[in-house]
Amino acid sequence: MNTHPAREFCLKCLVTLLVILSCIAVSFIYLSFNPLALFTKQAMSDVAIYTARFFPPDLSPLFLKKVWDGVLQTLAISALATLLAAIASLFLALPAAGQFGHAPKVMTRFLLNFLRSVPELVWAVLMVLAVGLGPFAGTLALCLHTIGVLGRLFGETLENHPQESTEALKLAGASKAQAFIYGALPGVFSQFLSYSLYRWEMNIRMATILGFVGAGGLGQILYYELSLLHEPQASTVIMAMLILVIGVDMVSNQLRRVQMHSLG
Amino acid sequence: MTVIRGITHRRDPAALQRFLITSIALAILWPMMELAQFDVFALFEDRKLNVFINFLGQFFPPDLQRSFLLLVIKATLETLAMATAGITLAMLIAIPLGLIITYSLSISRIGPASGHWLAKLGRYCARMLMLLLRGIPEIVWALLLVRVFGLGPIAGVLAIGITYGGMLAKVYSEILETGNTLPAKALLISGSGRVNAFLYGLLPGTAQELASYTVYRWECAVRASVVMGFVGAGGLGQLMDQSMKMLNGGEVSTILIMFLLLVLLADYISLVIRRQLA
Repeated sequence: MNTHPAREFCLKCLVTLLVILSCIAVSFIYLSFNPLALFTKQAMSDVAIYTARFFPPDLSPLFLKKVWDGVLQTLAISALATLLAAIASLFLALPAAGQFGHAPKVMTRFLLNFLRSVPELVWAVLMVLAVGLGPFAGTLALCLHTIGVLGRLFGETLENHPQESTEALKLAGASKAQAFIYGALPGVFSQFLSYSLYRWEMNIRMATILGFVGAGGLGQILYYELSLLHEPQASTVIMAMLILVIGVDMVSNQLRRVQMHSLG
Repeated sequence: MTVIRGITHRRDPAALQRFLITSIALAILWPMMELAQFDVFALFEDRKLNVFINFLGQFFPPDLQRSFLLLVIKATLETLAMATAGITLAMLIAIPLGLIITYSLSISRIGPASGHWLAKLGRYCARMLMLLLRGIPEIVWALLLVRVFGLGPIAGVLAIGITYGGMLAKVYSEILETGNTLPAKALLISGSGRVNAFLYGLLPGTAQELASYTVYRWECAVRASVVMGFVGAGGLGQLMDQSMKMLNGGEVSTILIMFLLLVLLADYISLVIRRQLA
């Protein structure tokens, strides 16, 4: 509830606002982009003509089969990449949480930061160079980026997890590995799982577009059809992407709601 | 092996369950690996490996020639301008859309004509439009728009505007609905218009959150504008794409470093603005 009295005149806010507005103006000028030019007759008819070429979409069974294969491939790329990344992150999370001392912790964190900072698409271009065109490059690219994200999240979870049970097992004579598997893992596993599922959701979205640089999935079909000026086919692929993205969104929302209810 | 009351279980009681789960997982995993053409040996093919290692080797040292650095700085500024202009357009799209779909500003919900079909239809159309705008990834929009507006940053700005417009509209309406909606309701019931109810009833309590989310999205737009360059929509990404195609590792590494710095800068700016808003 807003219980504050009306704000007094604030010079700092005014200056910030002016700076932001001038930045916006400079941006438009720098790009020499006049949004009003979009509403000229010429531009509008260009857009209309181009849009019309996408209709009707190609719904022939042969092409639909191809798109369906693309959807399956996209799902496979994202699922495999997430699975591999989750496994790798499990191992990297231990040094990242400082279980092996300070130096490995700093080094692992640096590696994870680097993996995460490079966008998926850049990884994809590099992987296409390394293993050739195709979905395998996409899987590797997604996997590398996801290791960066999940490794950090797993590591943080592990760090915040209470150490007592692990310590108790160690004192009772368990080895380090046993202490981790029976002491820490059961406590953090559900959190790891939910992070991985969340990341899978994002990776499905990403896998649909990795194909633009030749890394397989729906994106590759779209890029190919658009390059050949096959707009009706392209529009089918775009619709498939839209359905996939919205479907994933709905499923994950539903799951989250179920999870929230079960947690009370 | 567990010992309970002196009885020794030699077999894991959950063995069957575990075996089933493992076999089902394998049965799903195998076709998936086929689909993704998973082939670890492709990593170790001599010819490709040589090309790749050569390329990576060129990353050191980064290309720091004056003329190239100037190009990179120009592209960086272009990227920042794209993100800023794109978010501005996104706000112009999101504010009306968001206001239309916000239930707490709905007159038809409180009035005698509760649930009027016209109001429902309008809201439904707005929701569909929003879904279409944000459901298609920004890079796909960029790819399509490049074909209408030509190569260059304008397609990128419009792509950011469209996708982020849809996202902002959704989040704006969520913020407006989860805040304290009683003042707006009171205003609507006593006969004020929707715009006034928004300005005086909802905005004062939520302005900070709305602005802070918009700044966060600007930060995302900086990242996204780099990626969109790969389909020719201007900025650092386009430069990176060109250098990658020419397999010029030195240039790529300069651009990558610049990109990482840019993301850090955007992080920092967004933090400063959001702190100022708090």
